Amino acid sequence: MNPQTILLYDGTFDGFLTCVFTVYDQNISDVVIQHYHLDHNQLFSVIEDVITQKHLAHRVWKGFKEKTTKNEQNDFFKAFLSEIKGVENTLLSYMRSIFNRKSIKTIDFSNKDILKISQVARMVAREKHRMEAFVRFQLTKDEIYVATVAPDFNVLPLIIKHFRDRYADQKWLIFDTSRNYGIFYNLKTVEMIRFEDKKGLDPKCISKNHNLQESNFQELWNVYYKNVNISSRNNKKLHEQHLPKRYWKYLTEKNGM
Amino acid sequence: MSFDRIKEKLSILADAAKYDVSCASSGGKRANHNKGLGTNTGMGICHSYTEDGRCVSLLKILLTNHCIYDCAYCITRKSNDIKRAAFKIQEVVDLTINFYRRNYIEGLFLSSGIFKNADYTMERLVSVAKKLRLEENFNGYIHLKSIPGASDELMREAGLYADRLSVNIEIPTVSGLKLLAPDKKHEDFIKPMKKVKDEIIQYKAEKKIIKSTPRFAPAGQSTQMIIGATGESDRDIMYSASYYYKEFNMKRVYYSGYVPVLADDRLPSLGTEVPILRENRLYQTDWLLRFYGFSVHEILNESNKYLELDIDPKLSWALRNLDLFPIDINKADKRMIARVPGIGLKSVHKIVQARTFRKLDWSHLKAIGIALNRAQYFIICNSKDFYKKDHSETILKRLILKTSNSKYKKHFNQQLSLFS
Ligand code: SF4
Repeated sequence: MNPQTILLYDGTFDGFLTCVFTVYDQNISDVVIQHYHLDHNQLFSVIEDVITQKHLAHRVWKGFKEKTTKNEQNDFFKAFLSEIKGVENTLLSYMRSIFNRKSIKTIDFSNKDILKISQVARMVAREKHRMEAFVRFQLTKDEIYVATVAPDFNVLPLIIKHFRDRYADQKWLIFDTSRNYGIFYNLKTVEMIRFEDKKGLDPKCISKNHNLQESNFQELWNVYYKNVNISSRNNKKLHEQHLPKRYWKYLTEKNGM
Repeated sequence: MSFDRIKEKLSILADAAKYDVSCASSGGKRANHNKGLGTNTGMGICHSYTEDGRCVSLLKILLTNHCIYDCAYCITRKSNDIKRAAFKIQEVVDLTINFYRRNYIEGLFLSSGIFKNADYTMERLVSVAKKLRLEENFNGYIHLKSIPGASDELMREAGLYADRLSVNIEIPTVSGLKLLAPDKKHEDFIKPMKKVKDEIIQYKAEKKIIKSTPRFAPAGQSTQMIIGATGESDRDIMYSASYYYKEFNMKRVYYSGYVPVLADDRLPSLGTEVPILRENRLYQTDWLLRFYGFSVHEILNESNKYLELDIDPKLSWALRNLDLFPIDINKADKRMIARVPGIGLKSVHKIVQARTFRKLDWSHLKAIGIALNRAQYFIICNSKDFYKKDHSETILKRLILKTSNSKYKKHFNQQLSLFS
């Protein structure tokens, strides 16, 4: 019996694709791909560290793109961003079936991997839309609009386009506090950033760094929010269905001063 | 600007604007030009929800609540003893931009009480939009209220900067209008609507020839009617609505259950419940007219002036027309399937697709997701087992209500899914 191989990678999409390359290159049949953060103390397995190599990743992705539709590629990427434990292996098995298929036309809808991936992709897409709606920027002294979020899935890469198009003339930073990285727009491009000192972005620090007018506008927004409600029509259930409580922490209007 | 004063103005002028329900910010894409501020993706985003469960996507305010008119149903009316305020044009611009930059809103919805006269007011609304577009390079959503009686020139200018224009007809009947807004003329409402419609038609024609023709109100126009303020029947309301859809190419007509805000002999007394269920039935009817191929007199007519509250209007129509049923799901025309209670448009589509592969039976229909508790009495399918037609309208109605009671009696609300 061949022992199982565990490939450890750095959690990036390119890293994952490099693993896929390795699987094909070394012809590994029984394999598990996982983030090096996770436990991997299985007995009887071969453990291998995979170093992310962009050019290999691109080769795999190029091959995948030739055999899939734009939609399938998007779903694939979204499912990856879900970071659900073990998703890499569903994606690998799906990729294998894609590389085996003859043409784009023959999609096998009974394929379990496809169903799972599109399901997960839909969940991720929903979280993406929520972030586009619920991000609340605060203007800091150095003229940057800053927001912190902690989304259920790793959706920052998916919202870049929306925010770049919309806020093309202001510097902004959206920081994911649970994954400890952010996307920063410098009026030209969007870059991924990390802070050495994580404290740089705890909400208290942001409010200490407020632009002079910031708290005024927050208060005005809260005044507005309070005054548009028609209390004779109040409907708590509907309210919380649209605005689940776990998102309230982002919302200026739900954290009134 | 003095912050405290702005705060006070905002609370007064947001409060006065909140009874307008047409909050949609969808329709009419607008891309970001020259690295300016904002986009309108054509699909409105709800940035928040009020405690009554409504979507907050726009900064919806009045420019002023000073008004020379005295419409009985309106909280802003002249004779009402309330605090008055007026924004300066620049103040509205600043609020919009600053809210927008913080990702609070999709754009601005600006309405106003009428001070001095219609044109004077309209001119100010237009200035706000113009400043936003030209000085701030703002590409977010702008909805302006057309002031009844405003001149054609101003309406034309408004359409150049706004995404959507609307005139609230408010009172569905001419007689109701006379009673509650004696100094307003019906023609004054019609005029700006007609201008907007003509401009949109003209824009579309010119666009074909000259590509650079400036866009005109890309999200079209809409209007709103207050429900339950005068004694108007559902028939009156929906006949008016279809008139506006047809005559002025309205994108939407909104129905707003009257919220008693003032004591007035001509109006329902304070404390009267907001007719939320009636409002919902009207929206359902509106959908039947716009998407399901019904014409208004099939649903409302001389002998049926009111919609039934305990069942949806499609079911109500079907019960009155039992002789047209049952229909064969595997053969019937698409338009007829759309008329079956419990079958929504999505299901119609799925049925028509699926039946090209195989004859559908109950289990297929169930999987497709139609509401069998209602639909079963009106269709036959590939099964020997079907409802034998021997009940009268009343008994059938009772039967159906028994299986769907809770849904209709308890929590109905404005955003109740329209047809399941
Ligand atoms: S004109 Fe408009 S704002 Fe003035 S009282 Fe009538 S409905 Fe209200």
